[in-house]
Amino acid sequence: MSARQQVLGINDNYTERYGFSDPEDYFLKAPKGIDHELVEMISRKKGEPEWMRDLRHKALDIFLEKPMPRWGNTEMLGGIDFDDIHYYIKPKGEQARDWDDVPADIKRTFDRLGVPEAERKFLAGVTAQYESEVVYHSIREDLEAQGVLFCDMDSGLRDHPEIVRRFFGTVIPTRDNKFSALNTAVWSGGSFIYVPKNVKVEIPLQAYFRINAENMGQFERTLIIADEGSSVHYIEGCTAPTYSSDSLHSAVVELIAMKGAHIRYTTIQNWSTNVFNLVTKRAHAHEDAVVEWVDGNIGSKLTMKYPAIVLKGERAHGEVLSIAFAGHGQHQDAGAKMIHAAPNTTSRIVSKSISKDDGRSSYRGLVQMARGSRGCRTNVECDALLIGERARSDTYPTMDIAEDDVRVEHEARVSKVGEEQLFYLQSRGLDEDKARLMIVNGFIEPFVKELPMEYAVELNRLIELEMEGSVG
Amino acid sequence: MSTSDKTVFACRGLRASIEGKEIVKGVDLEIRAGETHALMGPNGSGKSTLAAALMGHPGYDVSGEIHLDGRRVDGLAPHERARLGMFLGFQYPVAVPGVSVANFLRASLSARRGEDIPVREFRAEMQAAFKELDVPRDFVSRYLNEGFSGGEKKRLEILQMLMLRPAFALLDETDSGLDIDALKVVSEGVNKASAGETGVLMVTHYQRILDYVKPDVVHVFMDGTIVRSGGAELARELEARGYEWLAGAAAVGEGSAA
Repeated sequence: MSARQQVLGINDNYTERYGFSDPEDYFLKAPKGIDHELVEMISRKKGEPEWMRDLRHKALDIFLEKPMPRWGNTEMLGGIDFDDIHYYIKPKGEQARDWDDVPADIKRTFDRLGVPEAERKFLAGVTAQYESEVVYHSIREDLEAQGVLFCDMDSGLRDHPEIVRRFFGTVIPTRDNKFSALNTAVWSGGSFIYVPKNVKVEIPLQAYFRINAENMGQFERTLIIADEGSSVHYIEGCTAPTYSSDSLHSAVVELIAMKGAHIRYTTIQNWSTNVFNLVTKRAHAHEDAVVEWVDGNIGSKLTMKYPAIVLKGERAHGEVLSIAFAGHGQHQDAGAKMIHAAPNTTSRIVSKSISKDDGRSSYRGLVQMARGSRGCRTNVECDALLIGERARSDTYPTMDIAEDDVRVEHEARVSKVGEEQLFYLQSRGLDEDKARLMIVNGFIEPFVKELPMEYAVELNRLIELEMEGSVG
Repeated sequence: MSTSDKTVFACRGLRASIEGKEIVKGVDLEIRAGETHALMGPNGSGKSTLAAALMGHPGYDVSGEIHLDGRRVDGLAPHERARLGMFLGFQYPVAVPGVSVANFLRASLSARRGEDIPVREFRAEMQAAFKELDVPRDFVSRYLNEGFSGGEKKRLEILQMLMLRPAFALLDETDSGLDIDALKVVSEGVNKASAGETGVLMVTHYQRILDYVKPDVVHVFMDGTIVRSGGAELARELEARGYEWLAGAAAVGEGSAA
């Protein structure tokens, strides 16, 4: 593959690598459309307690009553046909703890995606979700012995109802936005993690989300609680087949970092370009806690996602480090929110985007410092790189600062792959495409170096930016 | 010093213009292996345009012949000229954030040699070059020219020249803005390159570097052309008298006179 194909063809081989699909063979495939009957059916099938069933019904009402967002890419959002989506699909088979017990087709799919291999090499636990349900789940015994809970959200609700009931929806209320309401009404799967006091989970836990059916809606729900002084790194990846009609992915992810806890949440989002990715992610960081969102958005048709951190306790620290890639027909509308609700809290936002062809990236960010949040500091850096004349980038930074005794730094840059940079590298023997690759590669380096090595390699491969002849 | 009669670089009737405005107005040069030529001229005379045009900068319309190591290279892309042995040391090397010096050096060395250099071999070679030019170890992992001082950038340019072993090196004001120590390093590098058979064209408007590098030929470049060529003594004359006395002078002497 020549360098030009690589540069111009970010995700060009998507169909072959990720965009394949299995024949449909499901235990239950709900008909298209959403109503109370569907919500009732999902909840009954799952054998849920009444409070959850009630919550779902209320959420559906809120979803139906709330208007679509009037900001972001309203044109693309207007293209979502809520009546043309399957909201719940349960694959065949029971959830397995051994890959050999996973139905052959599904296992083959995850093999192709490299999930079992990654698990063997460097993960402490894995959940693999296929359509609406988690089909495989594992956790290392030593973590289990230390009291770490890691399972799919449905099992979490069944096996640890008191914890789930206490925290579910406390970070992101149903009513937060139309899509959080939708998720609350029809959620299925996702991860539930509880890390006990002072337990450090040194090796990452991972969830992989796979959509297979056409016109699928996937609504996983994730809740991570890191108790005082504990730490955990969670990684999620996702892909889907390439179809001509649209699918919808709308997750809700809630993180709670108690006093002195540390949560890092890494996402490598690589949906096919027929998937709407409308996700709500928010964290509470208590006293001295650290929360980091490392967020890579490569795929999807439209992504609207703004990982948020509410810094609730003194000296809490939040970081959002994100990279977005928008190629032909894609719009990545991503960003971050930092709510400094306590004194001496600090935050950092680094957002990098690359737009190519008619691709469009937007940074949409909010930093809020309430009156009385003395001694807070934030640093926001947005970097956009444009490739080609039609590529587009927008920045919508909002700073809402009500306190004087704070430090706020904001820097935004838009650059084109510079002619002088290209010429410099060419004068050293690199052809134009290699030179451009090198510049783009350098641009995303600050993001890539935050990933575990295996993912850094994967990301480079993913967006075909891997450089021949690179050394550390 | 000239050590061979082989011509490594020549240009004939070279003209370069940008947006219809002619900047380089017909230049003839011939440089043999191991020779060092100095091209001196006042600011704004078109020296940097000449250097960029010779390397194949896409921003200029260029006509005339360029020969490199026995091959005609006008019409070739910059990376092709580089692979065939042309090197341009930049007056203002640009920063490429996120690309480590080591990564970049290995990529360019591999391009020049037409094959991937094994990591181990590359490291040994790089370390030797670093030592030779007294370049700090931490350059390896720093991002290319990012946050480099003027002196550090020039040192890195010279280091690249020595590692790439070009047949012909063009140094565009590589000596400007340097303190005396950096100037010595740069001069040493130039002397090493010419001892290694590289033909060098130093573009400068200072006499200063010529205290350390003895040019075989000095060309005076004004308003887009060479108005006079001579030996090292011409540089001293320029130092004493300035450029004004040559203004409007017709080209005198041969480009390759030694």
